[in-house]
Amino acid sequence: MTTMTKETTQVYSVFIRATPEQVWDGITKPEFTARYFYGSVIDSSYEPGTPYLGWAEDRSMQYVDGEVIEADPPRKLVTTWRAMYDPETAAEPHSRVTWEIEPAGEHVTKLTVIHDELEAAPKTAANVAGGWSFVLSGLKTLLETGEPLSG
Amino acid sequence: MDDDDRVFRALADPTRRHLLDRLFERDGRTLTELESELEMTRFGVMKHLRVLEDAGLVVTRRSGREKLHFLNPVPIRFIHDRWIDKYTERRVSALATLKHELEESA
Repeated sequence: MTTMTKETTQVYSVFIRATPEQVWDGITKPEFTARYFYGSVIDSSYEPGTPYLGWAEDRSMQYVDGEVIEADPPRKLVTTWRAMYDPETAAEPHSRVTWEIEPAGEHVTKLTVIHDELEAAPKTAANVAGGWSFVLSGLKTLLETGEPLSG
Repeated sequence: MDDDDRVFRALADPTRRHLLDRLFERDGRTLTELESELEMTRFGVMKHLRVLEDAGLVVTRRSGREKLHFLNPVPIRFIHDRWIDKYTERRVSALATLKHELEESA
């Protein structure tokens, strides 16, 4: 891993009673993301170099623009990130989001989100600061209490 | 002790709340940086950071030779959803209804 520029790095972490595979599905499958990610339908083939896009459910608006840097299911997903829902954040350069999924006991998984490369994106840094807690809280609730994941 | 117990216990100490506020101001700090802002031994600061880490309120990441401490606000979000929203919701929704009615009649 490259050296972190600490003051522009945000780290969020949560333990989820689910398997790493379920957590991976929760963050990559649009039918799940639509239910906790501010309604965003995430659209990606999860191949490095391909787009990573977030849309409103009816596709009337693009929320997130990015590209897959690394995808290692069910362990790690790295994408670039530009928030399109706000003209001020949409005007900033891409930052980077890393999802790390680690087993943490029987049927417990630790999910860590690192949002960095925010040096040139201060509006984005301020904008997402509360949002990731909401997203991870919603994902945990969905995976632990929502309908069972289809295999 | 469940997750909420650990968070409430971690928050029930002024030094630990102070550490969270320092990280909120500037995230990703080393023990040495945090220690320099407190009238406390290095060992004392380490003990408090350990309690915060056990509660999930602080996460550490290695960067080269440094161990950086980051504020993790997710457990506070859970406390908010479980223990704050529930008791404030009724009042907030009453205000929302009032606003709606006033705007409708305007």
